[in-house]
Amino acid sequence: MEFRNRDIISIKDFTKDEILYVLKTAKKLESRPNPSLMKGRVMASLFFEPSTRTRLSFESAMTRLGGQVIGFSEPGNTSLKKGETLWDTIKMAEQYADVIVMRHPVEGAARLAAEASGVPIINGGDGANQHPTQTLLDLYTIQKAKGKIDGLNIGFLGDLKYGRTVHSLSTALTHFNSTLYLISPEALKMPESYTEELDRKKVKYHEESDLMKVIGKLDVLYATRIQKERFPDPMEYKKYAGVYKLDKSMLPHFKPTLKIMHPLPRVDEIHPELDNTPHALYFEQAGNGITVRQALLALVTGRIK
Amino acid sequence: MTGKTLKISAIMDGTVIDHISAANTFRVAEILNIKGSANVVTVGMNLESKSLGKKGLIKIGGRFLTKQEVDTIALFAPEASINIIKNFEVTKKFRVEVPDTINGIIKCANPNCITNAERTKTNFHVLDKNPLKIKCHYCERVIGKENIELI
Ligand SMILES: Nc1ncnc2c1ncn2[C@@H]1O[C@H](COP(=O)(O)OP(=O)(O)O)[C@@H](O)[C@H]1O
Ligand SMILES: [Zn+2]
Repeated sequence: MEFRNRDIISIKDFTKDEILYVLKTAKKLESRPNPSLMKGRVMASLFFEPSTRTRLSFESAMTRLGGQVIGFSEPGNTSLKKGETLWDTIKMAEQYADVIVMRHPVEGAARLAAEASGVPIINGGDGANQHPTQTLLDLYTIQKAKGKIDGLNIGFLGDLKYGRTVHSLSTALTHFNSTLYLISPEALKMPESYTEELDRKKVKYHEESDLMKVIGKLDVLYATRIQKERFPDPMEYKKYAGVYKLDKSMLPHFKPTLKIMHPLPRVDEIHPELDNTPHALYFEQAGNGITVRQALLALVTGRIK
Repeated sequence: MTGKTLKISAIMDGTVIDHISAANTFRVAEILNIKGSANVVTVGMNLESKSLGKKGLIKIGGRFLTKQEVDTIALFAPEASINIIKNFEVTKKFRVEVPDTINGIIKCANPNCITNAERTKTNFHVLDKNPLKIKCHYCERVIGKENIELI
């Protein structure tokens, strides 16, 4: 499969085989680490919007493969403030690097950057739109923990209306044969455009607001933060903020093999007392992000075929 | 239609846009910018039509439409048909058709789309032709008929 020079912009650009290929490559890299795979290669890390987590993950991935990282972590001290277009910034960066990782607050920025750039672009998030490496690391995490992505009962919990990660993951899961449980308050339900997609692809799903009704069925529970920024009225936020809290009192209801995931950062959706139980998968999930990003960096630069 | 009516608005060479549903007639006139044109233009409104009830019709003398103009009409008046008139005769007749991709012409309805932030040509993939539903190539926003706006 040819990934060399390919841009990683949207999970929607991936076929099932391509997804599985990335996961397979990640698995190989994890079992046989290669600390000089990216030696002599440079990754530009262009964060037009700050994101500590994603940036550190990519930079760590590149560094651990022996590559170099250049870039900026916020637009503050760059020429952007002086009104340089994204197009021109990318045209400059492609001269300096073998691969460009970028995050940008404006939707569609990564797709446009890919048109400007001769070197591959990896989208580390474009506004509310896409964050494909998060989705791939989520899939990798499920596959690694469960040995498969098919035949599972996967719950999404929290803000399903605005949560970009659950939207992309649900899109990706249409390639697989699992059943989805969409658990949210009525006001934060999964948008129809996504449930229509599930219908169209004949994915089984249930919408539910009461977590306790379905908790015992789940193999994977993907919890998300209910974001304060989404609510103009702080009272509204208060109403939803604490509706779902996973803690030790729920342990008797969990399947013994239940794995809890979370894109992090968490607020109070998952009590730290669960961190040391076998259910907690969220920190390992963050670690898997490094592996999956290593695989992508190596694939798009042609260092792995 | 009587010969007399035809004569009044007859054109030697040009284009007749027919079967525009009544509500869209002004929109089509706007798309073609007939206000700013020096050509002879006849706009008919609320004419009888078997298929549409009331229809609109626009005749433009001495002008043939570009593909982009025809595509644009299709977006706002998918029922319209185009007649090419040469030497007073209809020489070609076709229904407008919504293309599979739309380059330029319309604006992305997402204010936080890169095409609205940086001057880039817009590009949309048509998901449904009737009722029209399109997806921005850049921000992936799906836009329904009611939110489609000319640049
Ligand atoms: N020489 C002309 N000048 C202006 N309009 C014309 C001319 N010839 C035909 N038309 C108009 O073009 C449309 C299509 O013409 P025609 O094919 O003859 O009729 P129809 O589509 O109703 O069968 C009609 O609205 C007719 O009035
Ligand atoms: Zn857009």
